[in-house]
Amino acid sequence: MKSRKPTAIIAEIVKYVILVAGALFTLLPFVWMILSSLKSGSEIVSIPPTIIPTHFMFSNYAEAWQAAPFPRYFLNTVFVATVTTVGVLLTSILAAFAFARLDFPGKKIVFSLFMATLMIPGEMLLITNFVTVTKLKWVDTYKAMIVPWLANVFYTYLLSQFFSSVPEALYLAAKVDKCSDLKFLFKIMVPMNKNAITTVAILSFIGSWNSFLWPLLVTNSTNMRVLSHGLVRFQSEAGAQYQLIMAASCILVVPIVIIYLFLRKYILEGMAYTGVKG
Amino acid sequence: MNRKSYKGYVYLAPVLAIMLVFTAYPLVRAIFMSFCEDYSIINGSYKGINLENYVDLFKDKDFRKAITNTITYVIFVVPLSVVISLLIANLLNSHIKFQGLFQTLYFLPYVTSVIAIGVVWRWILHSQYGLLNSILNFFGFESIGWLTDRRYSMASLIIFAVWKSLAFDIMIFLAALQGISPDLYSAARVDATPRWRVFFRITVPAMRPIIAYAFVMGIINSFKVYNEVFSLFNGSAGPSGYNSAITIVFYIYDKFYNNYKYGIAAAGSVVLFLLIMFFTAIQRLPGRIRARKEAAQK
Repeated sequence: MKSRKPTAIIAEIVKYVILVAGALFTLLPFVWMILSSLKSGSEIVSIPPTIIPTHFMFSNYAEAWQAAPFPRYFLNTVFVATVTTVGVLLTSILAAFAFARLDFPGKKIVFSLFMATLMIPGEMLLITNFVTVTKLKWVDTYKAMIVPWLANVFYTYLLSQFFSSVPEALYLAAKVDKCSDLKFLFKIMVPMNKNAITTVAILSFIGSWNSFLWPLLVTNSTNMRVLSHGLVRFQSEAGAQYQLIMAASCILVVPIVIIYLFLRKYILEGMAYTGVKG
Repeated sequence: MNRKSYKGYVYLAPVLAIMLVFTAYPLVRAIFMSFCEDYSIINGSYKGINLENYVDLFKDKDFRKAITNTITYVIFVVPLSVVISLLIANLLNSHIKFQGLFQTLYFLPYVTSVIAIGVVWRWILHSQYGLLNSILNFFGFESIGWLTDRRYSMASLIIFAVWKSLAFDIMIFLAALQGISPDLYSAARVDATPRWRVFFRITVPAMRPIIAYAFVMGIINSFKVYNEVFSLFNGSAGPSGYNSAITIVFYIYDKFYNNYKYGIAAAGSVVLFLLIMFFTAIQRLPGRIRARKEAAQK
């Protein structure tokens, strides 16, 4: 190692200063949300604001949780996200297998059309989908929030890329052993790609958890509301009680942050893959 | 795979069925509806097939405002996010301590609900009790009505959006940087090439496809901005009484859900679709021209 020049040391310091500043900017809303959620009703409106709450008001969480039907919203959100994820995994695995391993007439055209739909803004489909759901008498049901999301071009594409990289020889060997396609798919292909499937499952769950516009559109009753919708309603009802609004925001944000912290490996892998190869 | 059979369609059936009902049909329907005068979704009746909706759309100053706002948003958010992310991703990729921790933190906004974190930004930007104004006051600046003064609506929206979109760009850039062959850099090290030169001569060209990808995704997503506006202004498109932060999707949704102008909303969504296609094509143009030049040189 050669001795370091002063300029190199300064460059090193500047590097960390930028990185730390960026990290602080990124973390600011999360930290401020948690700190604000623990302040009392009078402290939250003090000028200038205190940074650390003088008394940690953990009771704010209990109060917010009971102030609106948050337990119900929470269950609705978990249910919709879980069923959507399981469903979309199943349809995407089947479709990905067809694109990766099976040969069928019109495959190229179907695949091109399929990928082209990625260009369509979902907002364009909103009106008609709302009408369709109304005609099916699905308004205010879980079906309305789940079924339209059971097909996902992006997840199918991602999985088919992974399925394609499984050696063809394995498939042929399975054929020789009279293993059916379906059995091959679920006994060999799926276990071999469980990391990719976990990635898709997490992305789907998070996407569904954070969705807002569609659930807002197709539900009317309080009982069917999801967390994001409930939070927006609560914000209007709670008025200036920002400590409670921040506690309610935490209810929506924290579960996903926990999932992310434990399973980030899968999310980052998936993002890296789509970014580089996409 | 030498035997073609229709079995593939059995596996595709669930996805295709859902996409037929919830993607293909509504796409055709939206285009059709956009040409129907006074379309009613209740019985599907309309007065006539013409361009009336498009004429009304462009006559409406709210829609023109929505277009300028959305384009302003795209012009600020996408390049800002790409440039800052390139810098951060490069620093993250150099030999630093706590790389994993930094990476984890920087990616956090990507997974969080726009609605929830928008509510938090609303609180940070609060004109009276907000953190940002307190910081400004601390340094001797006047408070700014970030969310109450319509002149600052777009600025507030852009700050929030850049914060939100950095995560995705940093992550894909970092992944791409880690994929650049180290050989490229060792050659530069032998020649003692200055760092900034290495960055512009080696890193940027190697990253060109991924930067292009970040731009396309950024533009497409920015054109669809809605949740950010909704949460920042608590359901309206700016301070009460103003539409200073109205965006195209906000306009479409408002026409459809609050005013029952289905034809106009559909026409708005067709314009959105065309705008997205147009900008994606423009963005791809330099790459195509370069490819053609390179092909000519060979």
